Amino acid sequence: MDDRRRHSALPGEPGQAPSVAKDMENRIRQARPHVTRNEDLIFEVSSPGKSGVELPPLDVPTVCAEELLGKGLHRADVEGFPEVSELEVIRHFTRLSTWNYGVDTGLYPLGSCTMKYNPRINEVVASLEGLATDHPYTPESLTQGCLRILHEAARCLAEITGMDAVSLQPAAGAQGELTGILLIRACLADRGNPRKHILVPDSAHGTNPASATISGYEVRNIKSNARGCVDLAELDRALTEDVAGLMLTNPNTLGIFETQIREISSLVHARGGLVYMDGANMNALVGVARPADFGVDVLHLNLHKTFSTPHGGGGPGSGPVAVKRGLEPYLPVPTIEQSTDGSYRLDYDRPKSIGRVRAFYGNFGVVVRALAYILANGPEGLRQTTEDAVLNANYVMSRLQDVYELPYDQACMHECVFSDRRQAARGVRTMDIAKRLIDYGFHPYTTAFPLIVSGALMIEPTESASQAELDNFIEAMRSIAAEIEEDPPFVLKAPHTTRISRLDEATAARKPLLRWKPE
Amino acid sequence: MYPQEFLYTKEHEWIRVDESIGTIGITEYAQKELGDVVFVELPKVGDHVTAGESFGTVESVKAVSEIYSPVNGEVTAANPKVQANPEMLNADPHGEAWLIRVRLSDRREIESLMSADEYEAYIRQEKAH
Repeated sequence: MDDRRRHSALPGEPGQAPSVAKDMENRIRQARPHVTRNEDLIFEVSSPGKSGVELPPLDVPTVCAEELLGKGLHRADVEGFPEVSELEVIRHFTRLSTWNYGVDTGLYPLGSCTMKYNPRINEVVASLEGLATDHPYTPESLTQGCLRILHEAARCLAEITGMDAVSLQPAAGAQGELTGILLIRACLADRGNPRKHILVPDSAHGTNPASATISGYEVRNIKSNARGCVDLAELDRALTEDVAGLMLTNPNTLGIFETQIREISSLVHARGGLVYMDGANMNALVGVARPADFGVDVLHLNLHKTFSTPHGGGGPGSGPVAVKRGLEPYLPVPTIEQSTDGSYRLDYDRPKSIGRVRAFYGNFGVVVRALAYILANGPEGLRQTTEDAVLNANYVMSRLQDVYELPYDQACMHECVFSDRRQAARGVRTMDIAKRLIDYGFHPYTTAFPLIVSGALMIEPTESASQAELDNFIEAMRSIAAEIEEDPPFVLKAPHTTRISRLDEATAARKPLLRWKPE
Repeated sequence: MYPQEFLYTKEHEWIRVDESIGTIGITEYAQKELGDVVFVELPKVGDHVTAGESFGTVESVKAVSEIYSPVNGEVTAANPKVQANPEMLNADPHGEAWLIRVRLSDRREIESLMSADEYEAYIRQEKAH
């Protein structure tokens, strides 16, 4: 057998059920090979006197740095600075670079994150010289192309959401939320009373209450009903004249579409409040339903989710905000406008604006990629994308619901949420199942969220997964369920095939070591 | 498991009232649901707490959770030991790891809280849900 087998940490613990050990090789056949050898830190491979460079002799007179700088500013040595050869540096970082798991290496069903494929055409377009090298201080007359791209991207996002105006400034989803709630505050204050509370359903993303709080509102939670949706009676009770608005995610974090959304928004509007929609789950709606049509006044979009720009690893993200006409005067400055002669300009003359929320005009390169995605797909393609994403999630849901409990048993949108209740009876929780999934070569799903489901397994395959890939994933999940019936301790010790298995997360959080120090 | 001399909330806090001073903490059920606690944030002495509203947060490896006050009142003490050693909340939530002491505005408020028996029945129902 090859090296992989000799190095892999196959089960060898005493008390291991023999049938499990025998089947192991079969069961991990889809796993990518993990080399079990760990990598030392670059500081630890250092040996005194080694150097990656050899400098020529000085051809200028030597000066004494200590004399010039003074004693307090000069040091002869940097403690623990690594001394390594060029090849050691290359090997160290090249090896580390092969440890990544990303959308480009396999299925990434991390619910709520929409980890879809980032098409290469996006990168080609974003690296065109005129786009990649333009400077934000370039005069408007010389950067008409870039301004037109921004204007066009905003127009496309307005069309997709049905809203009237868009700001591309916010740098991520949470900043989009903050901007959106500040817009609500500015609008209500302009009407005479900014009010005191924002209502947030108990299934919401944690950023929602945080954004409302930072905007100066008190958060009131509203409980979901038995279908996992907003309870109209509960909403009716909570909607006092102190309520500025409702923050709603649709489809919600259970992947369920709020079918009473029109009644919900009418009720909020009737009490003088505004409706904010968290657009995190727009991958279930693009090309099919427009938030403006079901009563949303303001929403943010996550270009790094729905519109295929890089997500994670620093992104950077982009969280444009789209509003109805009534909120437009408060949008961040500057906005991008088209003059009557057809040219584009940045408009700073907006007296009611909440001000600037991001330097220059947001993450320009990300907007370019999103526009490339929108134009490459076109209206038909975007609709197809949404339909495929919803189909994939329902396929996974229907093929796993006999082994994992489905707490809200109904057709889902772009993601499905199971509970670990059956497995928990055998002592195995959602986190343990996720750890075992790593052995099968998949990135884990989202664990323990939304909080209203006990031990949630939140799975979002996105439209990027083929049926064959989904079948592999489903087979892995079913196999893990069988392992839990047969031998729970084996799953509790997973992952078995990685360099490091379980980390002590509690100690890491309580007593974090934030940097390496020489011993 | 749940001391008879405590009163309980639906949000899984307990309170023990001696004269006009209430000692407040989270229940065994709450610590178990939270998992390993890594950070505790409490109000300062002199702050006011409002019945049914959050007075602090408990962060575990799983989630950040608000802690709700069972009563109205003024904070007379915040447990410094539990702030320095959050793991105490997992070890002894009903004892050493109390969170705050409060001078009650109105002692009659505690009449609406649950007894130990009522609370145990409530969490049995929660688990079954």
